[in-house]
Amino acid sequence: MWWLEPLAVALGLSAFGIYSFWAALQGDHYAWGPYLSPFYSPELFGNSSHALFGPPPSWWPAAFSMFGVELHIPFSPAFLILWAPLGFRGTCYYYRKAYYRSFFQNPTACAVGKPWKSYCGETAFPLILQNIHRYFLYVAIVFIAFLTYDGLKAFTREGPKDYVAGLGSVVLLLNAFFLAMYTFGCHSLRHLVGGHLDSFSDSASSCTRHKIWSGVTCLNERHMMWAWISLFWVGFSDVYVRLVSMGRIADLRIF
Amino acid sequence: MPDKYETHDCDVLVIGAGGAGLRAAIESSAMGAKTALVCKSLLGKAHTVMAEGGIAAALANVDEEDDWRVHFHDTMAGGKMLNNWRMAELHAKEAPERVLELERWGAVFDRTRDGRILQRAFGGHRHKRLSHVGDRTGLEMIRTLQDKGVHQGIDVYMECTITRLLMDGGRVVGAFGYWRESGRFVVFRSKATVLATGGFGKAYPVTSNSWEYTGDGHGLAYRAGAELIDMEFVQFHPTGMVWPPGVKGLLVTEAVRGEGGILRNSKGERFMFKYLPEANRKDFAADEAEATRWVESVLADSKPDGRRPPELSTRDNVARAIYTEVKEGRGSPHGGAFLDISYQPADRVKKKLPSMYHQFLELADVDITKVPMEVGPTCHYAMGGVRVDADTCVTTVPGLFAAGEVAGGMHGSNRLGGNSLSDLIVFGCRAGRGAAESAKTASRPTGSLDRQIDEAAAEVNAPFGRTTGEHPYALHSELQEIMGSCVGIFRTESDLKEGIRRLEALGPKVRNVRVEGSRMYNPGWHLALDLGNLMVISEAIARSALARPESRGAHSRLDHPNYDPHFATVNNCVKQNDTGGMTVRETPLPKMSDELRKVYDEVEAMSLPAKA
Amino acid sequence: MAETREFQVFRGDRSGGKMETYPVEVTPGMVVLDAMHRIQATAAPDMAVRWNCKAAKCGSCSAEVNGKPKLMCKTRLDALPADRPVEVRPLRTFPLIRDLVTDVSWNYEVNKKIPPFTPKPGAVWRWKQEDVDRVQEFRKCIECFLCQTVCHVLRDHQKQPVFNGPRFFVRLASLEMHPMDGLDRLEQIKEKSGLGYCNITKCCTEVCPEDIRITDNAIIPLKERVVDRFYDPIRVLFRKIFGSASLTKPE
Ligand code: SF4
Ligand code: SF4
Ligand code: FES
Ligand code: FES
Repeated sequence: MWWLEPLAVALGLSAFGIYSFWAALQGDHYAWGPYLSPFYSPELFGNSSHALFGPPPSWWPAAFSMFGVELHIPFSPAFLILWAPLGFRGTCYYYRKAYYRSFFQNPTACAVGKPWKSYCGETAFPLILQNIHRYFLYVAIVFIAFLTYDGLKAFTREGPKDYVAGLGSVVLLLNAFFLAMYTFGCHSLRHLVGGHLDSFSDSASSCTRHKIWSGVTCLNERHMMWAWISLFWVGFSDVYVRLVSMGRIADLRIF
Repeated sequence: MPDKYETHDCDVLVIGAGGAGLRAAIESSAMGAKTALVCKSLLGKAHTVMAEGGIAAALANVDEEDDWRVHFHDTMAGGKMLNNWRMAELHAKEAPERVLELERWGAVFDRTRDGRILQRAFGGHRHKRLSHVGDRTGLEMIRTLQDKGVHQGIDVYMECTITRLLMDGGRVVGAFGYWRESGRFVVFRSKATVLATGGFGKAYPVTSNSWEYTGDGHGLAYRAGAELIDMEFVQFHPTGMVWPPGVKGLLVTEAVRGEGGILRNSKGERFMFKYLPEANRKDFAADEAEATRWVESVLADSKPDGRRPPELSTRDNVARAIYTEVKEGRGSPHGGAFLDISYQPADRVKKKLPSMYHQFLELADVDITKVPMEVGPTCHYAMGGVRVDADTCVTTVPGLFAAGEVAGGMHGSNRLGGNSLSDLIVFGCRAGRGAAESAKTASRPTGSLDRQIDEAAAEVNAPFGRTTGEHPYALHSELQEIMGSCVGIFRTESDLKEGIRRLEALGPKVRNVRVEGSRMYNPGWHLALDLGNLMVISEAIARSALARPESRGAHSRLDHPNYDPHFATVNNCVKQNDTGGMTVRETPLPKMSDELRKVYDEVEAMSLPAKA
Repeated sequence: MAETREFQVFRGDRSGGKMETYPVEVTPGMVVLDAMHRIQATAAPDMAVRWNCKAAKCGSCSAEVNGKPKLMCKTRLDALPADRPVEVRPLRTFPLIRDLVTDVSWNYEVNKKIPPFTPKPGAVWRWKQEDVDRVQEFRKCIECFLCQTVCHVLRDHQKQPVFNGPRFFVRLASLEMHPMDGLDRLEQIKEKSGLGYCNITKCCTEVCPEDIRITDNAIIPLKERVVDRFYDPIRVLFRKIFGSASLTKPE
């Protein structure tokens, strides 16, 4: 039954990939009142009230030509930002393990043999680029700030002064929380906050760093769990905002 | 046609790659001697890795009052004054330096709050003295020495067994052995040879020792004409696992009792109170209430309140108590006693005794945080061994040195926990130095060694040629059975005589052992060859035990339950006589220098801090 | 009450061999190594098995039990499916010697090439438990080489000449992160140890009997240190401009 886990991982990742691609293409129904789908946050340019720099830019081409074929892809604010979470998760040490195993069969599972003859690991292009993971981390931390802002703003459904919790507010705040748990358990972060030190006790600052490092380590031990929870929740948040904004369901008011 | 063999030349040959062997090899190669290190297993697998508790050394990092004098005193008192005082002195003086040296070589000990090496309490030590790494101190030591050694240019010969020392005019000039892997023969020509082969627990049916512990060094030295002393003193550790059968004898660390473990029999009685020797009853709690107070203070990490619980009596005493309870019908279902730590908070048990927790959970399905363990005595350590000179570790045979468990004298009649790891590094170092010094002036043998080598090869090959004869496994079990029932924890004259008689009867069968298969990695053959050494030490133990009609330390004679002042002044010494038989004679104990005597008495007179 | 189970054990040497079936009487609590001993004592006295401590402390008795690399002395029979024979084979990644014994000497050669612990000049030997904890995890290693045998880089791609394997990443980590070690090891780690070949798929961590979190705590932190030195474009640039002293070993 060793193939069960890689299969489940492959299905999970594919399902998310397909849905998020579809959702990003829509360019619509990503916001409702103060709610903003995390696939679209931060919204740099767009037609919703969340757009930071106004409406879609005029320089965005109406059509791309690829191999001589004209592709008409309508503008979607998601395109401008999705590279960041995608790159972050794509170079994440956990997801690397997950897709090397389940998609690349490298290896599919332990001690079961594999279909490839040659192998160069992460020593050569393109996989050597995985080493820039920490730059995606920097961006991801900025995103956490935006998503937290979104999560808090989501409590202003009934006007900026009235704090009201809809189900959506909770969903979006949890989304920011789960993403933070995932992001702050990152291996690169663990290295940057203190892992690079050899001694944790030789100065006052290294003691503080040891505390932060221990905190990151604690999250890092459950990095896989947070990776999946946050992945699922991001998708779910988008589904929720989408359904509410399409009017399919009504946002439940909690208090 | 004589078998072909390969030859290796070196200045110093070290046999055995545990703590003592590695330390000796490091020292000798540091002194510029070309050093070869031979071991039966892979490098780094030696029995030393099983040592859990720590290395005793008076660093005084935790208890400031500690110093070498107190350590010396404790060691002598533990050994019931039968120790070689000079060894005990050197050991106590040099252990701290050797431990610090390990740290310089990369060992990572647990730390005190102010960043020094942490030390813990152990049975028989007045102060907190054992530097340790959780409960895997031996592994840390082996790994540190191994890495130091391989980078220092020692030639390591792994999975190679030595079966005979080669002699030239009364001096040891090399060794003959075989590769376990291929069965091919190998000859080492050396100017000095160090034995560091450990002990002989495999002579007993229930032991904490690994298969390697077949008394090889004892046997090699004996046959080369060296003297063995104190062979009657075999330490039985009171707490070994008794179930499941596959792990019977596996050690349950003394730290369980140090942390407050309680021993009970099947009737639920805390029997250790009954077994405290009159002489030091005053050092122990008078009743359960006082013992409980002591444990509570340990739990609270505060100064001990009350005297320590009776479970912390010396190893020999606790082992005898458990044995007696079982024999009188109050044992646990699998023939042991109950050792209970489950009354303490589960988290604390897991933190303080991680490997015990896992060991019982994985091997016996027992959660020690919920139910008591079943434990019984297990053969653990050989106090007796090759007689050596304290300063250089040279044996009574020129060119031959010994260090570690294979050497006798250091621990007297009973060893304190933690004193063996320190013994390894202190005397390993001295033996390495002694051997390298002696190699400087030694010359290569004058005569040819061919006859000895041919003889040794024929002896090793012989078991294959036989068509009659028993399998080694059956003979080994028989030997263990004899030792367990006749030369065990409690001894009597009639049992010992019976044991000797049965060993004599077993002798011809062992000499006629038969093996099947080829010489390539053949464990049956390996065991067959080890049996010879086991026979030597078994006979030596039985005969020495018979020649000591008193009870002292680890040696308990039911027919002579008390000390006999005469035997406080002598060691039993075993040697091969001219006709190939074994003689046992008394040799006088070296007399302690006046200065040390004074040191001992002064410490003895100091008011006792509450021991832990 | 004695139950009998079937064992299929590889018997043979470099010239070939096959699986032999042995019935073994089993008792409660037995481990695979016990069964091997029973076979030795009865049916096959010359069957080669390597073991020492029988307590999961020495790392000698590694073998592949039902296809999974394991310590035989720690593998309980009642944890293995009862409806089929127990299969015991030698480690696949190392050259066979005989029966269950393989030649693991390559590992010792690798170890020899790793520069030993070298104290910082003028080191003050005061360091605290929190410094020690991280390194002690690595020093728990019992050198069973199960991680080496399961790692696909060695097992399936035979990268032995360029790849040290997880055991030695653990060793390198214990030296690189040792507060008292004064050597700069990153060059060696990147160029000689083959760290880049590891694709962090964690099989080593899954088999480690000492529960060392090899990938998370040794390999990935080493990879991050290598990134600091060799891949992080800003740091590399910075170092070019301000000299190699800055940003190398933060002390
Ligand atoms: S994580 Fe790396 S070292 Fe470990 S098994 Fe996978 S590829 Fe090998
Ligand atoms: S790291 Fe773990 S699996 Fe690898 S050799 Fe050490 S103990 Fe064995
Ligand atoms: S390692 Fe997973 S996010 Fe960085
Ligand atoms: S025999 Fe030592 S680990 Fe199994």
